[in-house]
Amino acid sequence: MIMGRSPRGPRTFAVLAAGVLALAATACAPGSSAPPAPSPAKTAASAVRTDAASLGDVTLTVWDQEVRGGQAAQMKQLNAAFEAKYPNIKLKRVSRSFDDLNTTLRLALSGNEPPDVVEANNGRSSMGQFVKAGQLLPLDAYADAYGWKTRYPDSVLRYSRYSADGKVFGEGNLYGLPQVGEVVGVFYNRAKLTKLGLEPPKTWADFQAALEKAKAGGEVPMQLGNLDKWPAIHVFGTVQGRHVPAGQISTLAFGRKGASWTTPENVKAAEELVGWVDKGYFEPGFNGQGYDPAWQAFGKGKGVFLIAGTWLLADLEKALGKDLGFMLPPGAAAGAPPVTTGGTGLPFAITAKSPHPDAAAAYIDFITNADAMKVLTSTGNLPVADTAQQSVQAGPQQDVFTAFGAATKDDGLVPYLDYATPTFADTLGAALQDLLAKKATPKEFLDTLEKDYKTFAESNG
Amino acid sequence: MGRPPGEPGRVAYLYLLPAFVLYAAFLLYPIGRAVQISLYDWDGLTLGRWAGLDNYTAILSDERLRAGFGHALVLIVFYAVIPLAIGLTLAAILNHAKVRGLGFFRTVVFLPQVVAMVVVAVAWRRVYAPDGTLNALLGALGLDGLTRGWLGDHTFALPAVGVVGTWFESGLVTVLLLAGMSRVPMELYEAARLDGAGAVREFFAVTLPSVRGEIAVALTLTVIAALRTFDLVYVTTRGGPGDSTSVPSFEVYHRAFGLGQVGSAAAIGVTLTVVIFAISFAINRLADKGTT
Repeated sequence: MIMGRSPRGPRTFAVLAAGVLALAATACAPGSSAPPAPSPAKTAASAVRTDAASLGDVTLTVWDQEVRGGQAAQMKQLNAAFEAKYPNIKLKRVSRSFDDLNTTLRLALSGNEPPDVVEANNGRSSMGQFVKAGQLLPLDAYADAYGWKTRYPDSVLRYSRYSADGKVFGEGNLYGLPQVGEVVGVFYNRAKLTKLGLEPPKTWADFQAALEKAKAGGEVPMQLGNLDKWPAIHVFGTVQGRHVPAGQISTLAFGRKGASWTTPENVKAAEELVGWVDKGYFEPGFNGQGYDPAWQAFGKGKGVFLIAGTWLLADLEKALGKDLGFMLPPGAAAGAPPVTTGGTGLPFAITAKSPHPDAAAAYIDFITNADAMKVLTSTGNLPVADTAQQSVQAGPQQDVFTAFGAATKDDGLVPYLDYATPTFADTLGAALQDLLAKKATPKEFLDTLEKDYKTFAESNG
Repeated sequence: MGRPPGEPGRVAYLYLLPAFVLYAAFLLYPIGRAVQISLYDWDGLTLGRWAGLDNYTAILSDERLRAGFGHALVLIVFYAVIPLAIGLTLAAILNHAKVRGLGFFRTVVFLPQVVAMVVVAVAWRRVYAPDGTLNALLGALGLDGLTRGWLGDHTFALPAVGVVGTWFESGLVTVLLLAGMSRVPMELYEAARLDGAGAVREFFAVTLPSVRGEIAVALTLTVIAALRTFDLVYVTTRGGPGDSTSVPSFEVYHRAFGLGQVGSAAAIGVTLTVVIFAISFAINRLADKGTT
């Protein structure tokens, strides 16, 4: 018989268990080898040097997640240019996919020789915790020296700002600088609109009328695949932006005290979204459809609208060509100031233990300066700064550039809702699946969100 | 009792030492460390704060986690009980019918086991998609009313995930039982036949008791697989829709790497280990009892 018991089985087990416990008791507390928080003296503006060429021989280790198509191309090009300009600085580049970087960065940062420059996710459970652990260097002195604060809109920089204790997100010290922008908007299929006798809608009412007409015309009004839990967050955020004041959304999304999910405006937004399900604007079974198959279906001509982020631009343009259009979610009236979910690509940060912060800052400046923004444009990315100055061909890429420029110019970007609390991505994703499947009423849905938000905001002080 | 001459018993332990060092370094130490971490409130970065048993009481009071353990128990039905029923039937038939090409059938039945779970999960995700194979099949049979986004349906997502487990484990169970049954001497069957037993009676009187050991092995392996399901859920549903397919292993990963609640994740891991240990222990105790 397997696992047969020998007469002394129990005793052996007891001895082993005792050994394990003794081991546990004598080992030191987890994290006791963690680095002490860096002294704030380092951040004085007078101490920073921007003359990268005279820093002597330096090797910088850079961890990034620019592994796909245009992202990889721009990084390669900029790194080569940097090494050519500053022969004294060598780059050791390590690139990993987003998921891999996220899971390994935590360990790398707690080691004794972390990389010098890292691309860290903005959210509380990544950048927020690294700041709290004193693992990232505040960049404000460099920002002053290099003029980042004048080149980057404030609505963009705030996504890399934290208080020194990591508690407050969206204000405080600057801990990173992003290269690219992101904005959630409405992709549409121009050919289908024309066939339905429609123009790209100018107001929110027009937009809903267009959905209705698409339904009547036998089309799939809106493509959505929500199996991965998070895609509906962007759809809900878009609807919410039409009903809830932008200031309130920012407070909720940064997880700060002073707002509420259970307001009549939020109820209205949730009800409107459920109304779309009732009217059959999404395909049946959308909760069981993957995100990728859904946007791929849109690319193959199934669906009139798709609410998604600009990160899909390159792939969708390849599939639909000139038929693809992109716009910011229209407001209540034509020409109303834009409000939409958006942010930045992952910001580049400098680790607190890096022995070469000046060289690291010079590198970050180099890959985000005006010339770098041109390289980003030419490789099919959406540069986060100087967007309006770039010249691109008319078509979907220009639509996206115009949209992002408009949204940042008027401070119309509101943060991703899942930034709110460390658990909010999950809470909101699951709650939206419940809401859209009618397992929860709009009120129950908002109560769930309120509970997570309130618990965190109260305990966070 | 006297010791055999020239063989000091204690030297034997020396022979065990190399293996024990490896075992301790890669198994006992990590387990001990996990137990220790589970007693701290630790984010994986800063200094941990002693939390005593707080992480464990939190598991008990967390409704979502309790639901997760409940889902794992449901998965046991799909991973262990149903495959056992299928395996017993299939093995009995294959063993008896003296089918030609037995090796071929055995290979086919066992095939799911050699495919990586992630690949299996990606494939089944396509099968269950709203425009996937399953719905196409139902449509072709005129059962359009039954089509749905299987993995996005609050009622059917967990059974859908479970069926993948059934498909995956049935082959293993069948092959294990087949090996056991082939060892049963023919004389036993002949004797049963002479005593006038039919096929069913023969199965319960001869076959089943003879493969008790294999059943215990099969149940142990499949129950453990059910309880630690991670990759399947990670790839197919990520615990959704809502929380209807969340399982403990997924929570461990999610809390440790997603949320940075390493202490809590370790506590779930330790709890899961204890549950798995208890259940496998019970299974083997039951199987042992039957033979003595």
